[in-house]
Amino acid sequence: MTWFTIIIAGIITYFMRMTMVALIDRDLLGERVKEVLAYVPSAVFPAIIFPGIFINDYGTFIEINDPKIFGAITAILFGYFSRNVIATILSGLSSYWVIIFLL
Amino acid sequence: MLSKKQIFTKGILAVAPHMFSVIPFGIVCGAIGIELGFSPVLVYAMSIIIFGGASQIVFLQLLSGGASALIAVTSVGVINSRHLLYGAVLSEYLEKLSFIKKLLISYLVVDQGFAESNKFFQKNKDETYLHYHLLGSGGTLWVCWQISTLAGIILGSFVPEELGLKFAVPLTFIAIVVQDIKKLDHVIVMITCGLSSLLFFDAPFKSYIIISPIFALFVAALVLRLKK
Repeated sequence: MTWFTIIIAGIITYFMRMTMVALIDRDLLGERVKEVLAYVPSAVFPAIIFPGIFINDYGTFIEINDPKIFGAITAILFGYFSRNVIATILSGLSSYWVIIFLL
Repeated sequence: MLSKKQIFTKGILAVAPHMFSVIPFGIVCGAIGIELGFSPVLVYAMSIIIFGGASQIVFLQLLSGGASALIAVTSVGVINSRHLLYGAVLSEYLEKLSFIKKLLISYLVVDQGFAESNKFFQKNKDETYLHYHLLGSGGTLWVCWQISTLAGIILGSFVPEELGLKFAVPLTFIAIVVQDIKKLDHVIVMITCGLSSLLFFDAPFKSYIIISPIFALFVAALVLRLKK
């Protein structure tokens, strides 16, 4: 039964990936829609970023002095000026570690 | 004009830094499945059949918590529905591929691969072998996801939890969008999405993950209209 459920979940996930690429003719999308699609990364990823920072493992809001907030601000600053993905991630992680392990 | 191999390599290099979050997440994902009491073969098969980190964990947690198969499948569908948006964006660049190639390459579309390849596509619209970038980025993510979930299944969660590597997940996505914070319209869209994800966090089936983007895209449409 679990196997069957996984396969159904897999097929649904695959259809989500494939439908717009292979089944829907791009001309069906209007010009307005195509313009709005340019905002997809900015419209999707904060829904992963914000809860990842502001909500803890127990589903409640973190305190304002949580090290994750400091880590995120560091990552934003380093990332913006360095334009480098590794620098963004490592600056965020290391500043977070400095607070939780050293202070 | 770049060769297939050059573009493929660029795809690999573009997602390589994201392994800081993908690999620990994969290890945790494999280890959680075993801790929850599922068979190793089943936990690993999900990495091939579903191939979507967060949705795999939620799926196993729901089933082990006694939720019905229908609820588990619905949650996976809701969590992964954001790929419809990725597909809509990528279709512009994959239009010329044959139907079979479109079917095959779609399997490799995941968050970080979409984000990095989309950035490359925007800057290199005229390249002939654009899709090789997606093969490089998606393929790399696929291989690393398989190896890391397998490692988690076999070795348990050997990455110390105190390191808080879960925090690498939001950081990896900050790295993806951070250059857009200089554009006011994008900042408005990002803040709309972020705040509504917190507001709707407790909505059923983890639906905040798709409600917030849809809401943010409506705001984007509004912003576009005001700009004109």
